[in-house]
Amino acid sequence: MSGVKVIFWKEITDYFGSRRFLILFIIICLTGISIAYLASQNLENFTKIPAEFTLLGFFISSAGALPSFTFFISFFGPLIGIILGFDAVSAERSHGTISMILSQPIFRDSLINGKFLAGLVTIAIMLVSIFLIILGLGIWTLGIVPNMGEISRISVYYFASVVYVGFWLGLGILFSILFRRTSSSALTSIMMWIFFTFFIYMIANVIANQMVPVPTVTTPEVMAKNEAIRRAIMRVSPATLFEQIATAALNPSVRVFGFINPTEISGLIPTPLSLTQSLMVVWPEFVGLVVLMLLCFTISYVVFMKQEIRSL
Amino acid sequence: MDWIVQTNQLTKVYDGVKAVDGINLRIGEGEIFGFLGPNGAGKTTTILMLLGLTEPTSGEVRVFGYNATRKSLEVKRITGYLPENVGFYEDLTARENLAYIARLNGIVPGKMFAKIEEVLSLVGLPETADREAGKFSRGMLQRLGIAATLIKEPKLVILDEPTLGIDPEGVEQILSLIRKMKEDENITVLLCSHLLHQVQKICDRIGIISQGKIVVEGSVDEVGRKVMEGGKTQVQVQVSRATSDLLESLREIEGVEDVEESGNFLNIRCTKDVRLEISKVIVKNGAFPLIIKTQDYTLEEIYVRYFGER
Repeated sequence: MSGVKVIFWKEITDYFGSRRFLILFIIICLTGISIAYLASQNLENFTKIPAEFTLLGFFISSAGALPSFTFFISFFGPLIGIILGFDAVSAERSHGTISMILSQPIFRDSLINGKFLAGLVTIAIMLVSIFLIILGLGIWTLGIVPNMGEISRISVYYFASVVYVGFWLGLGILFSILFRRTSSSALTSIMMWIFFTFFIYMIANVIANQMVPVPTVTTPEVMAKNEAIRRAIMRVSPATLFEQIATAALNPSVRVFGFINPTEISGLIPTPLSLTQSLMVVWPEFVGLVVLMLLCFTISYVVFMKQEIRSL
Repeated sequence: MDWIVQTNQLTKVYDGVKAVDGINLRIGEGEIFGFLGPNGAGKTTTILMLLGLTEPTSGEVRVFGYNATRKSLEVKRITGYLPENVGFYEDLTARENLAYIARLNGIVPGKMFAKIEEVLSLVGLPETADREAGKFSRGMLQRLGIAATLIKEPKLVILDEPTLGIDPEGVEQILSLIRKMKEDENITVLLCSHLLHQVQKICDRIGIISQGKIVVEGSVDEVGRKVMEGGKTQVQVQVSRATSDLLESLREIEGVEDVEESGNFLNIRCTKDVRLEISKVIVKNGAFPLIIKTQDYTLEEIYVRYFGER
């Protein structure tokens, strides 16, 4: 499909040439690197990690009140996606370019495919640069060369980050199709971001406590039930899914999430899990995240294809 | 004549309202067809269906023999479209904008740059080609838009309100450009507008659309006669001296229906062209004809007359 290719290259060039993107890139890079660097200054953090995975500490440990790098990405990653996507279609509409582009001999879906692909590749390039810089920082400060185990775990985490930010890109593009005005699209995207990263915690707590109240004196069954409901609601949020994937991928000793009965893990030998086993812990979350991203894109696609060009 | 655009009972319904209602449009090769009508009459909807950008509710469109709804890509390959209020990427230069459109049309880079220069000089924008499109005036944007339609070497160009919001000089430039497209490149032009007086000079044929229906179609003169008088002609006469005897004898000429008098000017309505008889009668009555001409209908008059009655 040559149409997709042409639009893809145009969009990529636009992204990398735009001031908006450069500022975002610099801010994200500097913050991410500072967080990782400060975390590495506090070497105590690294003692909790198995020796062969020391470099992973740069991603998961935090310095004092500062958040860890994984938290930073799960919290601010959505902003990257939203900033890249919120005006994808509505700007073309308001500048009157869309009817001209669509009257060229290309299929209508080329436009949206090209834009989504370009956004995704931009995200991938952006994140890979940050990840490589942090790895370099690790090598430089600790003098450790990354081993295969670390590289494969970081790659899994990287892939999940791209999908996660890609979900927000898809959501931004969806709103840019649904709303005629760029400002409505941006505001709605930001609202969704705030909802899924802040409010979902509160809502999940309220609903779980309403359905299964936990009195001060209670049985483990009640607490487990309450926790199960809370976690089921939290799972709606891509941020939760991503945090769990990140934890499992970067923390080889994590075997299970949520409420654990001490008898379940009594006698457990605390050896790190292999990567495949870690992946199995979060496989449902992983699939869920990919599906959410594809769902966002598919809805955008269908809505865009069905939209009357008059209303474009 | 070969019809290159042909629609058959084309209908489009938006939310229960018939935007386009059973239009049978025919456009011949190499002509400039003026598609005229007030705002909201269904012009743009018809165009979108010609390009396959909107699906008709019923009816069929054929452009160069292709079914425009199903073979949209083939139609768009040979049809240039200038949308109403065309826009360009504001942070790209005119040349970069054209290059993007050329690439979307699959024009190879080797041919592309020469083609861009060609269309830029055709529309008279070569010296501003490296300026950002965001700094262009409305008239320049329209000319750039025309350049963009020409880059694919089209056989048919559809222009939607190309003269809207442009100063008189810019309108003149655009109209002469359209004429040049037809004469030099033998491009068929479908020109949509509600500004009748501007486009009537260059249209070979016009069709007037109102409330989704084509109400009248033909050359400007034909349409004028049809609409104004139902096949009747008007002759304007200026005489040196208008006497009541003269008026009386003019009324007796066969084919003359009515004579209106205002000073030395006479307005004669007749069923056929009787200018010869008129001049004879004037001389016989001892006066001299200073002007005798059949009325040229301006589209404005047609328009006001037609839509005023309804």
